[in-house]
Amino acid sequence: MDIFLQQLINGLVVGSIYALIALGYTMVYGIMQLINFAHGEIVMIGAMVTITCINLLIGAGVNLPGPLLLLAGLLMAIPVSMLLGYTIERVAYRPLRRAPRLAPLITAIGVSIVLQQAAMLIWGRNYRPFPQILPTTVHDFFGAAITDLQIAIVILSLVLMGGLFWLIERTKLGRAMRATAQNPDVAGLMGVNINTVISMTFIIGSSLGAVAGVMVAANYDQAHAYMGFMIGLKAFTAAVLGGIGNIGGAVVGGLLLGIIESLGSGYLGDLTGGFLGSHYKDIFAFVVLIGVLVFRPSGLLGERVAERA
Amino acid sequence: MNPLLDIKDLKVAYGGIHAVKGIDLNINKGELVALIGANGAGKSTTLKTLVGMVKPAGGEILFDGKPTARLAPYDYVGKGLVLVPEGRGIFGRLTVEENLQMGAYVRNDKADIANDIDRVFSLFPRLKERRSQLAGTLSGGEQQMVAIGRAMMSRPKLLLLDEPSMGLAPIIVQKIFEIIRMIAAEGVTMLLVEQNAKLALQTADRGYVMESGRITLADSAANLLANEKIQQAYLGE
Repeated sequence: MDIFLQQLINGLVVGSIYALIALGYTMVYGIMQLINFAHGEIVMIGAMVTITCINLLIGAGVNLPGPLLLLAGLLMAIPVSMLLGYTIERVAYRPLRRAPRLAPLITAIGVSIVLQQAAMLIWGRNYRPFPQILPTTVHDFFGAAITDLQIAIVILSLVLMGGLFWLIERTKLGRAMRATAQNPDVAGLMGVNINTVISMTFIIGSSLGAVAGVMVAANYDQAHAYMGFMIGLKAFTAAVLGGIGNIGGAVVGGLLLGIIESLGSGYLGDLTGGFLGSHYKDIFAFVVLIGVLVFRPSGLLGERVAERA
Repeated sequence: MNPLLDIKDLKVAYGGIHAVKGIDLNINKGELVALIGANGAGKSTTLKTLVGMVKPAGGEILFDGKPTARLAPYDYVGKGLVLVPEGRGIFGRLTVEENLQMGAYVRNDKADIANDIDRVFSLFPRLKERRSQLAGTLSGGEQQMVAIGRAMMSRPKLLLLDEPSMGLAPIIVQKIFEIIRMIAAEGVTMLLVEQNAKLALQTADRGYVMESGRITLADSAANLLANEKIQQAYLGE
């Protein structure tokens, strides 16, 4: 029983992170039908910038409590990621706005590789440990262990998702984003500057990605230049599982994928009689991806409301 | 007095095809002008050019005495030029009310916007009942009302209507034209592109006839309705 609960908690934590990243994929897809494969690298750079920033502060002898150091790191990483997301769209995708869909897709993969290599030049090819600045108190939760960090990850994710929903459903910018996603030409007729809306989409998605990157690094105590690839693929899977282009779907898909992966890896050893261990956990994301693409390509929440009568 | 809209020798080409081959057209403040013609005559292209969706290849468009050539596509609505596009172009996954709010996107006067939404609802009581319904779930006629109401929300100086009767049942078409007359009676200047030439000319003050990219006739709507050639070619009589 407590293994089940433990894996459920772990899955929820990882799932909230997937959900935050999946939102970035799904928002961009919703508005311009592009899979921004460079999004995983934004996540990685968010983590790297935060680690560097915290180490610099510690090196300079700044004596702040751990969470405040982390906050300082985040406040550095978020603008860097926003600027990076904005620049990628401006430089790599905007010139291809009217091109066949394959061209921006290949470009996205190219941008992803460029960012990976650039990160390797800056931060090296080795794992970067996450500074030991956070309290490691473990709470007992009905026989399962949960740390302060895990609680913070889940709460912060929920707050950010709530904020995003509010932005999209209740503000003028959000309305313009939804209108642009449905019909960019008519949104333009109504006075919406589509370029601004697309830039904002990248900026918002990138800031969520940066926060998620820091969560990943803190949760696994490390970061490296290639981490964006796998986490990006998984978050993309989560977005597809929920129904790509659907904001609620990204959240549901992220949480579900985290839980499936966590429970699956927890029991994989027992199920296969020890033949496959929990280090095969990455299998689950891709089994899910293939399953969704075969049986329900539109995703769980991907049903479309009639647009024309 | 200068006309509100003054088109001089407008030419439009898409990838080598000359859709509009040098037309002159003008609209005075308060007029309802119909642009009629067969499929592919260049009517819709003309409207799209007026709101910057298509760039002209030559000629000049003066709106309120000023050239529009340098405006970005999203600047037109702020100048008072708004198009109700062919096929309605509503935002299907936004509610009726959100669609109307999109029409007022360039305005910032919250109280006035709320008043104008009420005004649209008084014009279209059907929409009031459905204000929080997704616009994509409405019938074609109701969607056309959303599209017209949305355009009204920008307080246009010139309202451009592209085939408002398209795909609608005859009884709904009558209803839509009733609304067009009501809007005209409020003093809104309109340019109406229609394949239903008879209804358009019965509604309009003046009309232009367009044939393969050229204006071939321009006259009062009453004279065009009485014109034998027009009757044979467009009115099915």
